[in-house]
Amino acid sequence: MKVLALDTSNQTLTVAVMSDDQVLATTTVTTTKKHGAHLLPIIQDLMQVANLKPADLDRVVVADGPGSYTGLRIGVTTAKTLADTLNIELVGVSSLATIAANIISETQLVAVLFDGRNDNVFAGVYRIKNGMPVSVIEDQHIPFEKLLPQIKALNEPVVVLGDLDAFTERLKTALEADFIHYPIELSLPSAAELGRLGQRRTPVSDVKDFVPRYLRLTKAEADWQKQHPEEDSSDYVEKV
Amino acid sequence: MERNLILAFESSCDETSVAVIENGEKILSNIVATQIKSHQRFGGVVPEVASRHHIEQITDCIDLALSEAAVTYADLSAVAVTYGPGLVGALLIGVTAAKTVAYAHDLPLIPVNHMAGHIYAARYVKPIEFPALALLVSGGHTELVYLAGPGQFEIIGETRDDAAGEAYDKIGRVLGINYPAGKEVDRLAHIGKDTFNFPRAMDDSDSFDFSFSGLKSAFINTVHHADQIGETLSREDLAASFQQAVVDVLADKTVRALDAFSVKQLILAGGVAANQGLRERLDSELKAFQDVDFIKAPLKLCGDNAAMIGAAGYVGYQLKQFGDMSLNADPSLEFDWIAS
Repeated sequence: MKVLALDTSNQTLTVAVMSDDQVLATTTVTTTKKHGAHLLPIIQDLMQVANLKPADLDRVVVADGPGSYTGLRIGVTTAKTLADTLNIELVGVSSLATIAANIISETQLVAVLFDGRNDNVFAGVYRIKNGMPVSVIEDQHIPFEKLLPQIKALNEPVVVLGDLDAFTERLKTALEADFIHYPIELSLPSAAELGRLGQRRTPVSDVKDFVPRYLRLTKAEADWQKQHPEEDSSDYVEKV
Repeated sequence: MERNLILAFESSCDETSVAVIENGEKILSNIVATQIKSHQRFGGVVPEVASRHHIEQITDCIDLALSEAAVTYADLSAVAVTYGPGLVGALLIGVTAAKTVAYAHDLPLIPVNHMAGHIYAARYVKPIEFPALALLVSGGHTELVYLAGPGQFEIIGETRDDAAGEAYDKIGRVLGINYPAGKEVDRLAHIGKDTFNFPRAMDDSDSFDFSFSGLKSAFINTVHHADQIGETLSREDLAASFQQAVVDVLADKTVRALDAFSVKQLILAGGVAANQGLRERLDSELKAFQDVDFIKAPLKLCGDNAAMIGAAGYVGYQLKQFGDMSLNADPSLEFDWIAS
């Protein structure tokens, strides 16, 4: 199976072209803030190096959230358009699980955190089973102080990855010896790992309805739903 | 002649649109998914909500545009896309999807300025003859543009503050009209009379620039003052007075531009070009310019749509103005000013 895997959900942009589990070509960039300008040229280059044409692809795998809203939409729009236009399979994988997949120690607990501002985090906790992260605490948007007791209650050593700057000290204090801190490289998403996970998932059934998992409503939408609890908020776009 | 087919994308604000255009002049399909109902909940366009709707709609619009036009990717000659101006997050969906389709099928990519698209909506009435002058009036822009030839757009005047459409929405809010207010204000204006004599800003100045914020403030002050003294003003007369002031300024500047630039055509385009008061007024002003052909963008193509992007994209195709895979959204893209 020829696979294109891509993750633009945060500062890191990572793309891999794979043939089954073999990585044919991959690039990871951590310095760009213009994912929109850089993603397609990188895909184009890697495909060329791998000697593949777009029509050779069988599947696109994309990290579908959580993450930067704009970043997610660049990756997901590219992935869903490619799948739609080439009529190939599409798989979405959690951006948090993608990073958890950097850890390969069997049965190890891995927590991944993205900074969600105002002391909130986008976070998920996984256990590595058969080399794959399996969800233990579901991906969610949550105040860090509420997440911490949930991790502590698991009562076993946990590798914590992601954007930890604002949280390291509190993690150390709360989890004590159970807090396992690894070098920062292991917190970078790898499209090769993403592709590996995505090849083992069932493709989405309806490409056109595929959207990022933001895990958070826009403020306008949340306020509106609070004021109109009885209204169905689905059908607001119409073809004219 | 070989059939040229362009797949065109537009997603600069609150409409996701994909169209298939033949030879830059015939609309084979023009799918428009509008988000107006969603943003009406908030009284105006919320950018993050708009971006989320665009990504929900984009591939469905592509599929529908191709199936309605009864063409396949193999039939296409190029992909055209609006890359600015507009909301950056919204633009990015169309730009990203268009680049992906261009890459997947090895098609040339044509970046299109949204405002050039509005002007080229007039192409569906008749071919554009140069030199031409365009009055572009929309929710985000109010400008007079000189077209020396195909693909050449030079600003000779623009708004210094609010766009005309923006002013409509703001005074509409004061009158209790939900966004977009243009159509309802236009309707009320046709019932009422210009009794308030609001200021016509910049009307005496020699430049071709517009200003609408003073008019908007005068309107709001008038209504607030009446509220404070418990007086109820006629909504119809308020609307008529506001619209008359807007139309006076737009018409006056346009006439002055027609005096200064000898052109074959005057093109009226943009969302506010659907305004009946403005269309009627320019019809009557143009009687004094027998040599100028007045072309109004078709009503159903005044709002944002991809058909107009396809028409402008066809010109870019002929001029070989192609973009590459690094094309990015440019939210503040503008035409150049005319050299003075």
